[in-house]
Amino acid sequence: MISPSAPSLDELTAAFAQWLAFVAAPATVSETKGTAPDPGAGVGATSGPAAPVAGAAGEPAVPWCRVVEGKAKGYHFEAQVLPGQVVEVGRLLFDRGFAIDAVTGVDWMAAGQMELVYDFFHPSSALHVVVRCRVPREGAEVPTLSEVFPGANWHERETHDFFGIVFTGHPDLSPFLLPEDADYHPLRKDFAGAA
Amino acid sequence: MTLPEPFRLLAYLAGVMAFVGLNAAYLVWVERKGAARFQRRPGPTEVGPAGLLQPLADAAKLLSKQLLVPPDADRTLFRLAPVMVMAPALMCLATIPFGQALGARSLDLGLVMVFAFGSINVMAIMLGGWASRNKYAIISAARIVSQNVAYEIPMMLVVITLLMVTGTTNLQEIVEGQAGGFWRWNVFDLVANPLMPVTFVIYFICMLAETNRAPFDMAEAESELVAGAFTEYAGMGFGVFFMAEYANILVGCSLGAILFLGGWQSPFGVFSGVGWFLLKLYALVFTVVWVRWTFPRTQFYGLLNLSWKILIPVSLGILVLTSVMLKLF
Amino acid sequence: MLLEKVQTADAAAGAPHETFVLNLGPQHPATHGVLRVKLTMDGEFILRAEPVPGYIHRMHEKMGENRNWSQFLPNTSRIDYLSAMTYTHAFVLLVERAAGLEVPPRAEYLRVITSELNRISSHLVWFGAFLLDLGGFTPLLYAFDDREKILDLLESVTGSRLTYCYYRFGGLCNDVDEAFLSGTRDFVAYMRPRLDMYRQLVTDNIILRKRLEGIGKVDGEMCRRYGATGPVIRGAGVPNDVRRVEPYSIYPELDFRVPVYPEGDCMARYLVRMDEMEQSLRMVEQAIAKLPEGPVLGKVPRMIKLPAGDYYCAVEAARGRFAIRAVSDGKEIPYRLKLRTPSFCNLSLFEEASRGMMLPDALALMGSLDLVIPDIDR
Repeated sequence: MISPSAPSLDELTAAFAQWLAFVAAPATVSETKGTAPDPGAGVGATSGPAAPVAGAAGEPAVPWCRVVEGKAKGYHFEAQVLPGQVVEVGRLLFDRGFAIDAVTGVDWMAAGQMELVYDFFHPSSALHVVVRCRVPREGAEVPTLSEVFPGANWHERETHDFFGIVFTGHPDLSPFLLPEDADYHPLRKDFAGAA
Repeated sequence: MTLPEPFRLLAYLAGVMAFVGLNAAYLVWVERKGAARFQRRPGPTEVGPAGLLQPLADAAKLLSKQLLVPPDADRTLFRLAPVMVMAPALMCLATIPFGQALGARSLDLGLVMVFAFGSINVMAIMLGGWASRNKYAIISAARIVSQNVAYEIPMMLVVITLLMVTGTTNLQEIVEGQAGGFWRWNVFDLVANPLMPVTFVIYFICMLAETNRAPFDMAEAESELVAGAFTEYAGMGFGVFFMAEYANILVGCSLGAILFLGGWQSPFGVFSGVGWFLLKLYALVFTVVWVRWTFPRTQFYGLLNLSWKILIPVSLGILVLTSVMLKLF
Repeated sequence: MLLEKVQTADAAAGAPHETFVLNLGPQHPATHGVLRVKLTMDGEFILRAEPVPGYIHRMHEKMGENRNWSQFLPNTSRIDYLSAMTYTHAFVLLVERAAGLEVPPRAEYLRVITSELNRISSHLVWFGAFLLDLGGFTPLLYAFDDREKILDLLESVTGSRLTYCYYRFGGLCNDVDEAFLSGTRDFVAYMRPRLDMYRQLVTDNIILRKRLEGIGKVDGEMCRRYGATGPVIRGAGVPNDVRRVEPYSIYPELDFRVPVYPEGDCMARYLVRMDEMEQSLRMVEQAIAKLPEGPVLGKVPRMIKLPAGDYYCAVEAARGRFAIRAVSDGKEIPYRLKLRTPSFCNLSLFEEASRGMMLPDALALMGSLDLVIPDIDR
């Protein structure tokens, strides 16, 4: 059953901080020269830079998370993780009673990156969590979340349709909303269109 | 005025066919108008006064359409099925007494004959569905067989109960036995069986199920099976199925009026005649239409449960009760 | 489960076990549009149901990247054409929050009035169509009769009957007149006894109850795994309603109940929607009573530009949570617009929920999810 009480933002932050410390501690602390904030400073920071663009392609992004203030953004907590950590974060949120909201991509062509955005909402509270990860634009690959949230299956198929991102371990990545013989990915910024 | 026998039969054949044809056509009109009234809309109004010529226009449209046979279908059975649905309904009407002297044939085994021919209908729809080579039609064919097997039994039990009361299978004699006023009708024959009204309700439910009418229209079930067994039929092939449905309703309701409501007997014991029969017949037909536009469709297993778990035990109980009552009084 | 019983009986009798594939749609009376469902069946039992959407995919998200923020506004009403107001509401809300636009109170009240009227009309269509799926034809025409009154009211202020584009960034495109207000009051008075009649005629019908009770169980856990929202999750006992948990507009000022039924079957979802119509009527009534005077459009720059960053905004549409995620790079044209539609997520649980069901029951389940196909395909 859905846990009736949603975690508070503080609890969530603590959970993430613990997780970050556990997974990424040695790697991240030593490599904090990119634009991504230091995880220690990022956790609990209330006024970080808006959606920091990770460094140039090739440089590993550093996982971080923070609480988002104000109504303008529409979400309350965001985290940036490495592609390989998506499933773990998904499980972390699953265990805390979150529901899958959407999975989508954003094509940062100039930066040569694809951003994956995972939205989670909590059914019995207003809490909305965004998890992002960035992968190189060409040959983008992310492990599938559909093992944790079966609902992610369709969202990932759609994202594969639109961006060409491959979700490894996904049961079926055949065209979903696009025609069955579609070999193009219309939401990539370099998509020229049929006309 | 009596015609020589062969001519009399021919006249009746023409009469029955015209009656069925007209009824089928105009019951469609009644159904559409009735449905429209239930649904706060006018219904057909354009063709003829109050849309009265609409059935003819529909028939003309259906007749002018190409008769398509799906490439992999069993051609013979596919063509045969509509005929096999229509013919038994016509045969059944031959024994129905419309009035004291108005009936094609007064057979001693009239009731048995009606049921014998009535059950061919199922086989025809099943064959039509099977021959279409369409998955929806096959599902529909399977449904209609199990549905009819399930409902034939309580129907027969009810009819046997009635036979014990009337003591004859001649429909004319059954009607004559109910002369004298509405309290003499079989449905109110509480001395023979205090549950007679229940028996009539069971008969009516079975009749709805046997004729595939809502809420038991499993075979057609347009929101599930598209058009069920009739999915692949085009033009008049579909039209004949449609007419047969109404012809079967006509037979079922006639039988209901004869067995339970005194046929052509007047409810006051005087002025008996064909008018009363038609009045009762169409009152039942109207109820059938009314039920269709009021209720949602039942589940298929709900329908079978209703028959095997409720109707059959109850009608068996009624049968036993009636025999006990007849023995005692 | 019935399927297991049948399979065991088959195996015991040594009956050959065959399955077949039934293509439900893209043209089928029960899919209400062009949805295709590939069913693997064992007799009338569904072993696997695989929905194949995309037949009316229009790529609204790409259109969003090719026009400026205001030009995308009419698109939002064409995603779920039955609940256009709420979808437009999500988009204007997103832009207003991001750009920090003020909305006059009168506009907020009128937004709620029109949104709730739209919700009632959407639920009425569902009511009719759902009963049609169950083989009851008549309620459809009654529902459309009532809906017609709402359409007339909304047409008088918005100029359109289905794909309304009434909301603007910072307010509304025009004020309403007295005729609309009195017409809406009359409608509320008219609709209450009608809902009562539907309850007596349809909801209490024994056949309907037999067909819906205990059929198509979807529990809160399944909703969570698939992200199902709206009446589906509320019919599974979870009081998830964006209007209540993340209030927007003037919903906090209105007194309404979020209908929740714990059973999780088709009947629960049916009852949630029937109760919601009643609650919407209450909201409309209260909003009209409290409607303040004043302008309906605030001060809005000629060309909207959102600060760079990403924004998310969810509203409670008739079918559940509708959300827009927008990424702005500071220019007039959105960098990326993602539409998170409720029907898409609600349908995704169909494969799991329909396993082992019989065809008519699965269609009842599908009807109770209240799908709008363009909402799935976008």
